[in-house]
Amino acid sequence: MTAEVVEQALEKVESHLHPEGSFDVDAHEVPTGREEIWRFTPLKRLRGLHQDVEFTGALKATRQTEPGLTVETVPTADVRGVSGFVPTDRIAARALSAVAESTLVTVPVEADLAEPFIVTLTGTSADPVAEHVVIRAGRHSRATVVLRYEGTATLADNVEIVVEDGAQLTVVSVDDWADDAVRAGHRHINVGRDAQFKHVDITFGGDVVRNDTTAEYAGPGGSVEMLGLYFADEGQHIEHRLFVDHTAPKTKSHVVYKGALQGQGAHTVWIGNVLIRKEAEGIETYEENRNLVLSDGCQADSVPNLEIETGEIEGAGHASATARFDDEQLFYLRSRGISEKEAQRLVVHGFFNDLIRQVGVPELEESLAATVEAELAKNVAGVL
Amino acid sequence: MSTLEIKDLQVSVDTEDGAKEILKGVTLTIKSGETHAIMGPNGSGKSTTAYSIAGHPKYDITGGEVLLDGENVLEMSVDERARAGLFLAMQYPVEVPGVSMANFLRTAKTALDGEAPKLRTWVKDVNGALDRMNLDPAFSQRSVNEGFSGGEKKRAEIAQLDVLDPKFAILDEIDSGLDIDALKVVSDGINDYVAREAKGLLLITHYTRILRYVKPDVVHVFVDGRIAESGGPELAEELEATGYERFIPAKA
Repeated sequence: MTAEVVEQALEKVESHLHPEGSFDVDAHEVPTGREEIWRFTPLKRLRGLHQDVEFTGALKATRQTEPGLTVETVPTADVRGVSGFVPTDRIAARALSAVAESTLVTVPVEADLAEPFIVTLTGTSADPVAEHVVIRAGRHSRATVVLRYEGTATLADNVEIVVEDGAQLTVVSVDDWADDAVRAGHRHINVGRDAQFKHVDITFGGDVVRNDTTAEYAGPGGSVEMLGLYFADEGQHIEHRLFVDHTAPKTKSHVVYKGALQGQGAHTVWIGNVLIRKEAEGIETYEENRNLVLSDGCQADSVPNLEIETGEIEGAGHASATARFDDEQLFYLRSRGISEKEAQRLVVHGFFNDLIRQVGVPELEESLAATVEAELAKNVAGVL
Repeated sequence: MSTLEIKDLQVSVDTEDGAKEILKGVTLTIKSGETHAIMGPNGSGKSTTAYSIAGHPKYDITGGEVLLDGENVLEMSVDERARAGLFLAMQYPVEVPGVSMANFLRTAKTALDGEAPKLRTWVKDVNGALDRMNLDPAFSQRSVNEGFSGGEKKRAEIAQLDVLDPKFAILDEIDSGLDIDALKVVSDGINDYVAREAKGLLLITHYTRILRYVKPDVVHVFVDGRIAESGGPELAEELEATGYERFIPAKA
């Protein structure tokens, strides 16, 4: 298939999953909350990020490790859109137009970095912040990048990720904000020929966290794995909007997000969109979202959506389930003498553990298990 | 020395057509050192008896009582019953993803004993129990029942019986779906348990096959929510030869 043919095919897509993007802020109207992409989001709590609030704050970046990759500050004009990202909503467009400089993280071609690159981004006030980060994994390189977010902030940001041909990149995003933080983030991933990208998306803290994660393929044979874990407490809104655009043949995507909700007004949203284009023959996709509702007064919205424009595929599936505790599981555990509270704790622990075991970064699996343990101690112990 | 008394137990379940009575007054007494077998055709109330004693929420107790050494079991929560000394091996053990057998067993043992088991002997005890059931020690790192074959689930139930060491064990169709080799392994495990001091066993089965390996002192035949007849091991032999027909009332 020549590049021209692909381009023609791309242009023919009429899916609503592929809205016209624009870097121009004015091309995106201020949302009212009635739009499909905004209907779940509490706009009033976004502190004007979706309107016209000025970006005056900053996050403090602290590098925890220094493996062999480069981090530099570059003019945004030189790098914006390198992943193929074009903002499809007002917040993304505003965040991108508000910054003059971007952070560029480059994994050198064929570098094999055993140690993860860990950066902590700390917010210290509610002043709105705009950020643009580009992560480029060079051809046939292998690396893990961990972005940890913490503190108080009002953040609108775009993270562009380019995984070049044959590279293996794992990005771990941890939203471990203070209770009052607001974040509306976008991540766009461009997966090269035979490249492998894994995203581990952890969300614990914040008042409102809304993250869009979108992926497309630059060539055949690429694979994307997205593992998400979230824990919404009282009053918290956590929203994940995923879109995997199978733009090339023989590509794979595997998406599993698991969440627990607890406390009055805890709200989670998971939108899992997958588009299989006409030219994307022989692809495989699976997406799954599971929510465990631990108390009354919570709401979990889960919307998987698969659009298929070719029947010539290996496999396509999705699953979504939102449930309270499984009575049979609790009965089984309790019939061995384990108290109801302890049985519930075990089940929640197991629910997340199942996913944590797939992370594949040993030093992270340990700290994640510990974080889940801490969330459970903090949340479950109080109410259950 | 303990006694488990089931007195005139009546149980119903909710169905789409309203409450349906399943047990219509079951009475039997098991003392430690005894093995009782409950046999009967499908739908006669064998499993309902087991789950009602263990406290499954699906079953409504509408009459009668269950006493363990005089204590009213029916007033206890599910986990209190287990801590009082009851154990139910289930026909379809439940999968608990993400919870390892090791973690599950340690948590259960701690709950039963009121203190964590001694590390020094614990791992050896668990591995020994698994080994006796022909289960690899690596089994303790697998999630509870997840991805186990039918036979592995049953053997894991008996390994739990071994480690948790209750006063009374109720085994609900532990023999169903087992091939002859697995049946022998499971039977050996049950016999090891019965041979311990002051243990009582209620063995629920549809087939007489397992009774060649686990010898009952008393056999009860369940029909239509009641005990139709009780007797010695010879009753099982008769069932083997002639089936349940004699016990099922002719339809009008």
